[in-house]
Amino acid sequence: MAAVVFFVCAAAVLTGALGVIAGRNPVHSALFLLVTLVSIAVLYLQQHAALVAAVQIVVYASAIVVLFLFVITLLGVDRREPADTAHPVQRVAAIVLGALMLTGILVLVHGNRWVTGAHSTRGALGPADSGNVQTLSRSLFTDFVWAFEITAVLLVIAVVGSVVLARRSGHRAEAPGAEIPDSTDAEATSA
Amino acid sequence: MSAIAYPDHITATYYLVLAAMLFTIGAVGLLVRKNTLVMFMCIELMLNAANLTFVSFANALNDISGQVIVFFTLVVAAAEVAVGLAIIIAIFRRRQSVNADDVDLLKG
Repeated sequence: MAAVVFFVCAAAVLTGALGVIAGRNPVHSALFLLVTLVSIAVLYLQQHAALVAAVQIVVYASAIVVLFLFVITLLGVDRREPADTAHPVQRVAAIVLGALMLTGILVLVHGNRWVTGAHSTRGALGPADSGNVQTLSRSLFTDFVWAFEITAVLLVIAVVGSVVLARRSGHRAEAPGAEIPDSTDAEATSA
Repeated sequence: MSAIAYPDHITATYYLVLAAMLFTIGAVGLLVRKNTLVMFMCIELMLNAANLTFVSFANALNDISGQVIVFFTLVVAAAEVAVGLAIIIAIFRRRQSVNADDVDLLKG
């Protein structure tokens, strides 16, 4: 049963990933990305990572994909662009390089026993059937609390930065004239 | 293929191979596509491959830290998408295009 779930999800993951890079329309790419992300969430569930799977659905499959779709519709680029894919030589070189990289990784995975070393150095996963929210949050708020606080700073910087970037519209301001003092304020702050 | 057809136990190696393939598809897509939005999606694919590896190792080693790291990767991915899409919007306002080849001022 686990094998069936794995192979079905693996096929969905790879199909979605190939659809992302093959889709001519960015909206189709975003929807294929959704397929990949949801399938990966199922694989997380299969590996006793229930909370990670939930966060994957909430953050990736919802927030990030919706953000992509918002930007696609906002920019109106949801039509086929003529010169989207690379030069044929570039494409062949990219595929050859990708095949080389995949071969290298597979040789590494095959030739070594990576899953070695001390088990449960930061704590075990916890009971497999009841989820591991408690275990994970205990580790997150004790061992990794410093990194956790840093991510808060990172998110604030990212949000403020994206607002500033999206508001600076240059000389062609589509927004009403009231926006101009704000953008100069933002420039002064960032300078 | 017949060697791995319906094994009774899915080991970590299966997930690692899947993550490697996903990462490769993302990397090739990043090199092949010129639409910056699709390039961002390819970066998401690669980040997801890394996350899948982390979760696989967390499961194989029965260690919670692999799953905690996935949260930090998620946060970095969210921040990267927010800033990156804002940059794409800013570029689009100037150039009316999301094609990476149109942003070539540094090319000289």
